[in-house]
Amino acid sequence: MSPRKRGKGLVRPYVVTEGRAHPTRNTFDLVTLVIASTDLPLTGLNPEKRRLMELCRGGALSVAEIAGHLALPVSVTKVLLADLVDSGHVTTRAPIPPAQRHDARILEELLDGLRSLS
Amino acid sequence: MDSVPSPDPVYLSDTVTRAVKIVITGHFGVGKTTLVNTLSEIRPLHTEEVMTQAGEGIDDLTGTQGKTTTTVAMDFGRLTVSDSLVLYLFGAPGQERFMPLWKDMTQGALGALVLADTRWLDRSFPVMDLLEERGLAYAVAVNHFADSPDVPEEEIREALDLLPETPLVVCDARDRASAFRALIALVQYLLTRTTVQEAV
Ligand SMILES: Nc1nc2c(ncn2[C@@H]2O[C@H](COP(=O)(O)OP(=O)(O)OP(=O)(O)O)[C@@H](O)[C@H]2O)c(=O)[nH]1
Ligand SMILES: [Mg+2]
Repeated sequence: MSPRKRGKGLVRPYVVTEGRAHPTRNTFDLVTLVIASTDLPLTGLNPEKRRLMELCRGGALSVAEIAGHLALPVSVTKVLLADLVDSGHVTTRAPIPPAQRHDARILEELLDGLRSLS
Repeated sequence: MDSVPSPDPVYLSDTVTRAVKIVITGHFGVGKTTLVNTLSEIRPLHTEEVMTQAGEGIDDLTGTQGKTTTTVAMDFGRLTVSDSLVLYLFGAPGQERFMPLWKDMTQGALGALVLADTRWLDRSFPVMDLLEERGLAYAVAVNHFADSPDVPEEEIREALDLLPETPLVVCDARDRASAFRALIALVQYLLTRTTVQEAV
């Protein structure tokens, strides 16, 4: 399935998330990088989770991108992802610790990258 | 599969392990979406969040009046800047009603680029206030529209009450080189702030 295909329009969040408004874990940032496992079967997953898995099996994406490709609100996407982490279907890359985020080395890497792209 | 082949990448390269974000903000119609589109390596994406807010009327029995729903949207794009580092750009207006989204966008962000228009400089005040409240460093990029007056830099700084060190650049959000210059000015500024802090 192509990840670029839009969803079937707006879905009611509580249907997708089985009535829950909050994720089982609160560790997702918009830029948390998500990687799907390729060896767990998708049987038993609801259609939205299946759609998410099919998208993510193509390669790593951020939480925001997953929401964008699936045409789901970020809040709903986080609920789905939290369940999929719990069931072992996806893993996330460790975030950059807050203390290192404003580290000169990261900013220099960013600056060099932007200069070479511009 | 899509029948139309797409030249844009969708997935991150396998070597990318770290992600950072920068906020692109400014008032209505100032060029946020345009800037994100110009810079992004992927087809820019869009998400919407429906917010329900309880209104004033607490003894309203219908359950519908006194509640307002607003749809808040953001656009975002991506730039892979090295083998292992990716930058995400999030574009959204800095307004009170965008607060939940605003929190998601600004949390952990490196900084923000505030787009401004010399026709309506005062419309930039609320967003600058919000950034300052959140302690997020920013640079200002003035987009020049066809009927925007040419205002000298000193007057813009004065009108926006910018700190002497806050970068102010002129930018055409439609132009790639110009958009990159604005983003680079912000990152350079963020870098000077770390070296100043380390020297203390
Ligand atoms: N001349 C000029 N026009 C611009 C520039 N940036 C954007 N525009 C035009 O201004 C209009 C609004 O730009 P958008 O990028 O949609 O602005 P926005 O800030 O995303 O608007 P909202 O999301 O509605 O708040 C579009 O027609 C753009 O083509 C610029 O730097 N110079
Ligand atoms: Mg826009």
